[in-house]
Amino acid sequence: MTEFLLILIIALALYGFVLNKSKANALSEVNIMHSQPHYHGLYSAFMTLVPAIILLISWSFIVNIITNITLKEFFSDVTDSGLVRFYTDGVIAYVEGSSESIIDHVGFLPAVEHYQSLQYNNKILQFIVILTLTLMFFRYSLKFVEVQFKARDYIEKVVIYVMRASAVFAIFVTIGIVLSLLFETLRFFDSVNVFDFLFGLHWSPQMAIRADQVGSSGSFGAIPVFTGTLLIAFIAMAVAAPIGMFSAIYLSQYASDRVRSYAKPIIEILAGIPTVVYGFFAVITVAPFFRDMGAFLSFTNMSSESALIAGSVLGIMIIPFVASLTDDALTAVPRSLKEGSLAMGATLSETTKQVIIPASFHGIVGSFLLAFSRAIGETMIVVMAAGFAANLTFNPFDSVSTVTVQIVGLLTGDQEFDSPKTLSAFALAFVLFFITLVLNVISLTIVKKYREEYE
Amino acid sequence: MTEKLKLSIKNLDVHYGDKQALFNVNLNIMEKEVTSLIGPSGCGKSTLLKCINRMNDLVEICKIRGQILLDSQDINEASQDPVLLRMKVGMVFQKPNPFPKSIYDNVAFGPKLHGMTKSKEQLDNVVIQSLSKSGLYEEVKDRLFEPGTSLSGGQQQRLCIARALAINPEILLMDEPCSALDPIATAKIEDLIAELKQQYTIVIVTHSMQQAARVSDRTAYMHMGELVETGLTKTIFSNPQHEKTQDYITGRIG
Repeated sequence: MTEFLLILIIALALYGFVLNKSKANALSEVNIMHSQPHYHGLYSAFMTLVPAIILLISWSFIVNIITNITLKEFFSDVTDSGLVRFYTDGVIAYVEGSSESIIDHVGFLPAVEHYQSLQYNNKILQFIVILTLTLMFFRYSLKFVEVQFKARDYIEKVVIYVMRASAVFAIFVTIGIVLSLLFETLRFFDSVNVFDFLFGLHWSPQMAIRADQVGSSGSFGAIPVFTGTLLIAFIAMAVAAPIGMFSAIYLSQYASDRVRSYAKPIIEILAGIPTVVYGFFAVITVAPFFRDMGAFLSFTNMSSESALIAGSVLGIMIIPFVASLTDDALTAVPRSLKEGSLAMGATLSETTKQVIIPASFHGIVGSFLLAFSRAIGETMIVVMAAGFAANLTFNPFDSVSTVTVQIVGLLTGDQEFDSPKTLSAFALAFVLFFITLVLNVISLTIVKKYREEYE
Repeated sequence: MTEKLKLSIKNLDVHYGDKQALFNVNLNIMEKEVTSLIGPSGCGKSTLLKCINRMNDLVEICKIRGQILLDSQDINEASQDPVLLRMKVGMVFQKPNPFPKSIYDNVAFGPKLHGMTKSKEQLDNVVIQSLSKSGLYEEVKDRLFEPGTSLSGGQQQRLCIARALAINPEILLMDEPCSALDPIATAKIEDLIAELKQQYTIVIVTHSMQQAARVSDRTAYMHMGELVETGLTKTIFSNPQHEKTQDYITGRIG
């Protein structure tokens, strides 16, 4: 019934558009109008559509509240508010057909009946009231087609509101994500000391599921997880920084335009490969390669899940970030500087080393930091190629774990959302978010500063 | 004027891809004189200038035919190293282009690059001498270690001249060195050119005929990639032989 109502409203809006537009068209034959006919058409469409949608949303909102309050009445003898919630949800699910279980409570069947009649009445009432109101707005909107009427200005205003609402939405979603992360983190810190978390050296988030369970008090020292993350990120940078930078230097200074026009898009394709594919690559190709190399060089402690493997594949993934951003920075150096240096009798490599790289240093640092924060936050490759055991080590041949791997491990499968074990994932995510945020802010500030220097 | 031939350009053709930029240019440049290249935009003045220190090598599609003899040695021969050539032929550009380094390091760039000085004192001397030659030393002696870009436009251009002088070139090419400067800074550069020609051979491209008349001993007029007329500046401006030259210097074309 609601679907039918929506279709009716949209049809009405379209009808209003056509009516007003043709009316305005007729007027514009003999007059110079303030607004073009299609603005008059849009005016009617908006006047019909916008109030109707607002009405629909607020209606369902109010009905929801009424439903909840009245349904609770049937379970007034239950004291636990969580249980009441469970019962009312059960009623709604039963009526809507998504559950067939009947709850063993005297209030259940009367509540079901009540909800059914409420639903039925609500739908009829909603249809009649909203359609009537929408028709009134529709009629009202048709009155305004006049030579002087500023439909154009009203439409402009509506457009501004729509854009503003989109911007506000994006901002609120961001704030919402941060806040939800923050609140869960604070809940975690109710049960675990902040300093134990930030500076603890042992990570093993196993909590007792039963009260009498032995030997699993759980320890939440995040240091090993973060050192693992940093170790892998540094290995990744050790791979990506030189390769990315040298390819950027080659492309921007030495390559002919033809080579550049083919090579740059190919490097950028690397950035478009899904990370799970890099994960396969790590497990199937790189891991055996490193293991065989290790055996050949008689390293006995080479595990097949090591920081080195995850780090180097992660490095390959971020090569295009370094290469592309560094290339942008290098090509942004004015040509006159390059010519000036060459005219002094410097070779191209001397020019690059002594003039072009110093001139684009900010941009290069910025690109490194962005790539680094990308490496820290990457999940799929490390899940597949690093390990779950959070060892506190700086040995690249050992298996280490990262923040993202731990979060995946903590939040997959059935979880209780009030145990410190689960909540620790949010604390990890929050710290990770904070670190990447700081890195991004620093690198963007640097990049921006260097851009200003040549503009 | 010593009337000694420094640079001789013979039958020079330059192509950029399919487009021919210079047609059979012949020009002699005398030692310790100022030669100015004038002509309307796109006539090939800058192209000719860039052939002299082989900066055109950087343009992939550029093809050069003909000879450019520096002290009777063809600079385009395979045995000639463009890097060594550019040590002998310095260049100053249209827009001042100091490197993102300190004033001192800008001037020290060439000597350091080519290992021309043995000690710090020697390098200091070269820097001070070069800055003095370009008339900048008195203005910047208290802030040699501030960035070169902190100077005014005219000072930056004189810094670029000092930088070029620091490697002791024989020829100095100037590509419209004053076009980005105000009249006062321009006057300073012109005075400087008059002084520098005691020691250096100078080739200057300019859009200003007054400037050509003021600073140069010889003038070459170019039109559509061809060298129309060349001779003593006095003669060219008072009694041009060619109709096109006359039209240009009297302002009828260009």
